[in-house]
Amino acid sequence: MSIKIAGVGKRFGDFIALEDIDLDIATGELTALLGPSGGGKSTLLRIIAGLEVADSGSVEIEGVDATGLPAQKRNVGFVFQHYAAFRHLTVAGNVGFGLKIRKRPRKEIAARVNELLELVHLSQFADRLPAQLSGGQRQRMALARALAIEPTVLLLDEPFGALDANVRKELRAWLRRLHDEVHVTTVFVTHDQEEALDVADRIVVINQGRIEQVGPPDELYDHPTSEFVMSFLGPVTTLDGNLVRPHDLVIETHPFGDAFPGRIERFNRVGFEVRLDVRLIQDDVAPPVLVTLTRADATAKALEIGLSVWIAPVAGASQVRITTPVAPTADDLDVSSPASVPEPTFT
Amino acid sequence: MHDTTAHRVTRWALRLIVIGYLLFLVIWPVALVAAKTFANGLAPVIDALRQPEVIFAFQLTLSAAFWAVVINTIFGVGISVLLVRYTFPGRRALNAMVDLPLSVSPVVVGLALVLVYNGRTGWLGQGLEQAGLQVIYAPPGIIMATAFVSLPLVIREVVPVLQEIGTEQEQAARSLGASGLQTFARITLPAIKWGLLYGVVLSLARSLGEFGAVKIVSGGVAMRTQTATLLVEERYQQFGIVNSITAYTAAFILALIAVVALIIITSLRPGRGTSE
Repeated sequence: MSIKIAGVGKRFGDFIALEDIDLDIATGELTALLGPSGGGKSTLLRIIAGLEVADSGSVEIEGVDATGLPAQKRNVGFVFQHYAAFRHLTVAGNVGFGLKIRKRPRKEIAARVNELLELVHLSQFADRLPAQLSGGQRQRMALARALAIEPTVLLLDEPFGALDANVRKELRAWLRRLHDEVHVTTVFVTHDQEEALDVADRIVVINQGRIEQVGPPDELYDHPTSEFVMSFLGPVTTLDGNLVRPHDLVIETHPFGDAFPGRIERFNRVGFEVRLDVRLIQDDVAPPVLVTLTRADATAKALEIGLSVWIAPVAGASQVRITTPVAPTADDLDVSSPASVPEPTFT
Repeated sequence: MHDTTAHRVTRWALRLIVIGYLLFLVIWPVALVAAKTFANGLAPVIDALRQPEVIFAFQLTLSAAFWAVVINTIFGVGISVLLVRYTFPGRRALNAMVDLPLSVSPVVVGLALVLVYNGRTGWLGQGLEQAGLQVIYAPPGIIMATAFVSLPLVIREVVPVLQEIGTEQEQAARSLGASGLQTFARITLPAIKWGLLYGVVLSLARSLGEFGAVKIVSGGVAMRTQTATLLVEERYQQFGIVNSITAYTAAFILALIAVVALIIITSLRPGRGTSE
């Protein structure tokens, strides 16, 4: 195990940021801490880095008890959401900072900086100041700076949160490739479930200071153990007291199996996808059931507003029984536009 | 730019008001000092500058200002970091107290210092005097009074810069292995450099010109505790053309040093608000 977290708790005044967290992170793994803003995931990351002190519990990094170690002795690479670029130093100066502090020979620093700038594709910008770089370039510089010290673990706090959508996608694919090359144990915080599903080997879902579920992306998506994980990882709708994914519903214009009869109330096409609101006949006070299918499928079945239809979950669809009175919906959790809500920081 | 007549009139009116205000309050009076100084040509000015009292007064002023600025730079940066980076009970009180020297009359400052440090009845003064250190009516008192009145200038320049740069750069430096001192020297100090320098120059200008507090604590004895501003006052009140030329010359030089320092720093400093 590269990182061993045991019984970690943290409060800010009356607010419980983390409560009794146990988590093991394997060497070389790329782990995502996923959860809504204010859920405690950034705090956990900062505790691992030593930028925040836990009220209770212990943190072990590569077999060394790091609980009482200050940040500068943990040999942890940390990447901030807003880059934290050293504004008065050049790109090369930024990347070489950690090595300079370690009093490495000048030649060695220069060689290592060149190598890293090559890795993050910033060689031609070595002599520029951070202010002359774009956001994506600054974040790559910050990443190179963190990697320069050959950290035991690399920690990234919402690393792509401040970038626009296209750059974000590009950078996360690039992070995945980089991790496959460098193989350093990496933990990154995100509230974008798509980012976590796309990049991570393992996802840790954190909500209200507690770990909800830990597992590989597919397992979490297909076998969520709670309503929260089910609704946070993707779109959900309610059918017969169960949470189910709208694309896991079969819709036909004739009765079949145990299908529920209903009527199409809304027909909305978004690109290749068609989203339907189906009002069930047996329960017309509940909110309509959301069904999504491909445009081709919808055309083949000649679906339109007002049509009588029958719907049922597809075989093997992931479903979670609703126990709370009001089920959270994907809209409430704002999973579709994750970049809009910055994680509050507690300093 | 689309410009209405009313808009243009307002703009010119505003400009006239500002220029008029500056002219009558600052530019004209200062220009008159210069004019008076050189009213009889250069020779009397040079004679004035050759007087040992004048030379001594400027030496004393410069050394007092120098030490006051050194003290204010060190404590100013320290207090700024304390105010911005740490929360502790009494932080707001300290924050308010820092502005005290700006609001309290320097004469009051001088009196307060005399009460505490005078050699006969002062709380601390008696002990210090026995230890051989005279504060009041001596250079240490002048330095203290000067440092007191110019204390807020460094802090008020540095605090906003510290707030603006935030803590992330410092945290990044720590995570890269830098100690507290290394982080301060390599990250914080370069970031506040220009704010600090500006504060130092303001502080220097203020220190050169301090009058009230210094007058009370120094006694103003020529060739012993008379600073340049005290010399100006003394000579100005005496009769005779030589005395008034001396007063104007000293005043002119004081103003000149402050203005030159401000011009140099303003021209060196990169534009405000832009990140370097």
